[in-house]
Amino acid sequence: MTQEAEAPLLRVEGLARHFDVSPPLLNRLLERRGRVLLKAVDGVDFAVRRGETFALVGESGCGKSTVARVIVGLHAPTRGRVLFAGTDLARPAPSAERRRLRRRLQMIFQDPYASLNPRWRVRDIVAEPLRTHGLCDGEGAVRARVDELLGEVRLAAADGDKYPHEFSGGQRQRISIARALAATPDFLVCDEPTSALDVSVQAQILNLMKDLQRELGLTYLFISHNLAVVYHVSTMVGVMYLGRLVELAATADLFAAPRHPYTRLLLATVPDLALSGRARAPLAGEVPSPIDPPAGCAFHPRCAYANDRCRRERPELRQAGRSRVACHAVEEGRLPAEG
Amino acid sequence: MAPDEAAPGALRRLADSDLFWSFRRSPVTVVAAVVTVLLLLGAALAPVLAPHDPYDLASLDLLQARDPPAWEAGGDWSFPLGTDDQGRDVLSSILYGLRLSLLVGVSAVLLALALGVGLGLLAGYAGGWIDTLIMRIADVQLSFPAILVALLVDGVARSLLPHDRQDQTAVYVVVLAIASSIWVQFARTVRGSTLVERAKEYVQAARIIGVHPAAIAWRHVLPNAMGPVLVIATINLAIAILTEASLSFLGLGLPVTQPSLGTLIRIGDNYIFSGEWRWMLLYPAIALASLTLAVNLLGDWLRDAFNPKLR
Amino acid sequence: MPEPLLAVEHLSVEIPTRRGVLAAIDDVSFAIEPGEVLGVVGESGAGKSITGAAIIGLLDPPSRIAGGRIVFAGRRIDDLSDAAMRPLRGKEIGAIFQDPLTSLNPLYTVGRQLVETIRVHLGLDRSAARRRALALLQDVGIPAPEQRIDHYPHQFSGGMRQRIVIALALAANPRLVIADEPTTALDVSIQAQIIALLKRLTREHGTAVMLVTHDMGVIAETADRVAVMYAGRIVEIGPVRAVVKEPRHPYTVGLMGAIPALGLRRERLPQIDGAMPPLSAIPSGCAFHPRCPKVFARCRGERPELLPVGSGAAACWLHAEALGKRP
Repeated sequence: MTQEAEAPLLRVEGLARHFDVSPPLLNRLLERRGRVLLKAVDGVDFAVRRGETFALVGESGCGKSTVARVIVGLHAPTRGRVLFAGTDLARPAPSAERRRLRRRLQMIFQDPYASLNPRWRVRDIVAEPLRTHGLCDGEGAVRARVDELLGEVRLAAADGDKYPHEFSGGQRQRISIARALAATPDFLVCDEPTSALDVSVQAQILNLMKDLQRELGLTYLFISHNLAVVYHVSTMVGVMYLGRLVELAATADLFAAPRHPYTRLLLATVPDLALSGRARAPLAGEVPSPIDPPAGCAFHPRCAYANDRCRRERPELRQAGRSRVACHAVEEGRLPAEG
Repeated sequence: MAPDEAAPGALRRLADSDLFWSFRRSPVTVVAAVVTVLLLLGAALAPVLAPHDPYDLASLDLLQARDPPAWEAGGDWSFPLGTDDQGRDVLSSILYGLRLSLLVGVSAVLLALALGVGLGLLAGYAGGWIDTLIMRIADVQLSFPAILVALLVDGVARSLLPHDRQDQTAVYVVVLAIASSIWVQFARTVRGSTLVERAKEYVQAARIIGVHPAAIAWRHVLPNAMGPVLVIATINLAIAILTEASLSFLGLGLPVTQPSLGTLIRIGDNYIFSGEWRWMLLYPAIALASLTLAVNLLGDWLRDAFNPKLR
Repeated sequence: MPEPLLAVEHLSVEIPTRRGVLAAIDDVSFAIEPGEVLGVVGESGAGKSITGAAIIGLLDPPSRIAGGRIVFAGRRIDDLSDAAMRPLRGKEIGAIFQDPLTSLNPLYTVGRQLVETIRVHLGLDRSAARRRALALLQDVGIPAPEQRIDHYPHQFSGGMRQRIVIALALAANPRLVIADEPTTALDVSIQAQIIALLKRLTREHGTAVMLVTHDMGVIAETADRVAVMYAGRIVEIGPVRAVVKEPRHPYTVGLMGAIPALGLRRERLPQIDGAMPPLSAIPSGCAFHPRCPKVFARCRGERPELLPVGSGAAACWLHAEALGKRP
């Protein structure tokens, strides 16, 4: 048991996930086009320790949501593996064992409106994991546990009789959290859980999640595009761009001394509510499509420090100070340090 | 918690609902509903309401054949709407014919619904080659007019069954024939809805929880995919009734011993150049038209009532 | 004192429903000076988008204006028919909506949509209009405009589409632009570009902007003044610096506190308990009173009007006490 407590709870090794978005066979034959592969995730490695909140940040199309879905089992990895509590989740194991392991990994989604079945009562939605895994003995026990779970997310037991459409966005996220907790997970993957919520509701949900983490000893993988939220909730951050990790560091280090040019760009775009007069320096260019990523370093078309090596050779994550960065300019010392 | 503080009962929710409100607001729909209910009652209570039993061959008297309705000269109040060429009371025939038409229509729609919804759900949820197979069969079938499909099934059944059993099994054969011509619409619609729902996060949540795929399809996806099915069922009920009438009119549906409205129209059709068509053809035709129109209007209202953009 | 470009006076918008009439906006007043950027900020359901729609005359029926007036450049516009409103819309008042995908007609090329707008409002002939369209595309930063002018909307990325929408809105040089969540659907790095573009163009042309958004960060960077809306009412209005650094209304205070900010790491974000009331259940008196940490008796019974405080105004009885106004 001590060994498990020291090893990371979740480890992702060389993970890749490709989607075949080729046109239909007939079109391909007639138009002489080859297969088209969307490399949503293109080689990602990281580890999450127990009790931590690991954030994956990036803009749309960077692959962070796909990583979440592979970890939780909705997609199979094209390459690489996912190790949870030391066990490879993909390797065929006796199915009861695998179910038990998978139960400890649950997910909360971004859209509070589509993540609850509109035709089910809240009570049944929250009870589903209990019934599927036989975690309670008899209907009375199920009911009691559902009431308990609703209480944990600061909802009333009477709310169990209502339907999802009777609740606001923030309350629906609470119901989603209650459902995820019903399976007594160790690890919660949170895919942009507050992006669709108003600012004041977001604060309530983030506070709730922190309280639950403390009370239940949870570990979070937190996906977001909002750096301010990430700064507030996470202990470790991974920055993704076009399916690859470009920087990996503890939160304090990343925000105090961002190294990768893309990380610096992202930080520069966080609005300045202190009105210190810091000018936002918008970088030109658009995020390229993951179907046809640039050769070498994926960021080079938008990077002020790109040289020939960047155009040819894909950088690997290397230690740079207290962070790990995938950038030739950082490795070669060409990047000016930022205060 | 006192009982009356609990969530309002289903009947109360229905009365309060937007659906019922839009129903009350449309006079056409209310009239259509009233007509449908009246015809349904007439059909259900046919043994009670009909003055004679048109299937009882022994009670027929050829001397009373082709008598006009009661209010005309030569008519008789024991045959209020007149008699047909066999001496059968037209009113009784219409009531029993309505009954058969509704029975066959509803059965055909239910069978088509079960078949279509089941196959559509399977195709949409399983995807891959199962989806392709089912949809190609559906596509092929759609390239034939419905009545032709019904004729085909009918013809095949007749050639397979022994001749003396045909009259007894005719109803089943007709129901099967009509159902096989209308299941495709259910399948396609449900498949479309299933594809949409399958991509939603609550289905993904169920997968992550570890619920079995069949349970997900049945308990999560199906209730959400059934929305348009009620509307399609109602509209197809009118189509089924008309298809049955067409088959009987062509002499291929129900036998003469169990006349449906279509058969009556066929019989009346023979007298179109004499004066007798007025009651032998017109009244069954009016009954058929009213039923089809009323059911169609109800189906239209349902479709508009469920369309959120029109509210 | 020059008269304001837009003056909204005691505007109310109601929505009749089966269960009664709902007040989407309730007695809202503000003004926009020529060339000024006014931010209208609020959470969902606050009524900020409906305010913009009412001004430009695009309220979705059955919503309707129930009271008050809207005066644009000295002329009353809330009671104009759709036909009378059409020459104003686009020429004097432009609009930018949230979703660039649906703001552009997917069936027509970008050039055609631009040229059509220019010709309708400026009466130029076809070649002059096309030249102006090209200049506009250049101005909003579309690379290689001579080729791209004949492309369809789906051939552009989200950020590019929003630039085209901005070009369309500014095509006839309107005096006021209503921008409803112009950057919400875009990626963070693109948002910064679009905000910078909007700022530059409106400063260059002297266009006033009514910027409706839920994102306080965007407001802080772009607006001169800001109005904070809650449950269909304005609860605070004032210069951006003042409202952001020293909010006076308890709701604004709570809102600013709830926004996570870099540089200050707190264990818990200060939160406002409860949620914004639905339109069918707006509390009596001050709409915020059930959630307000500083509520007292007067708040429950009487709705506060906008009272001057600092360099702006706040609709809160706390400041009436301070001013010595007794009930």
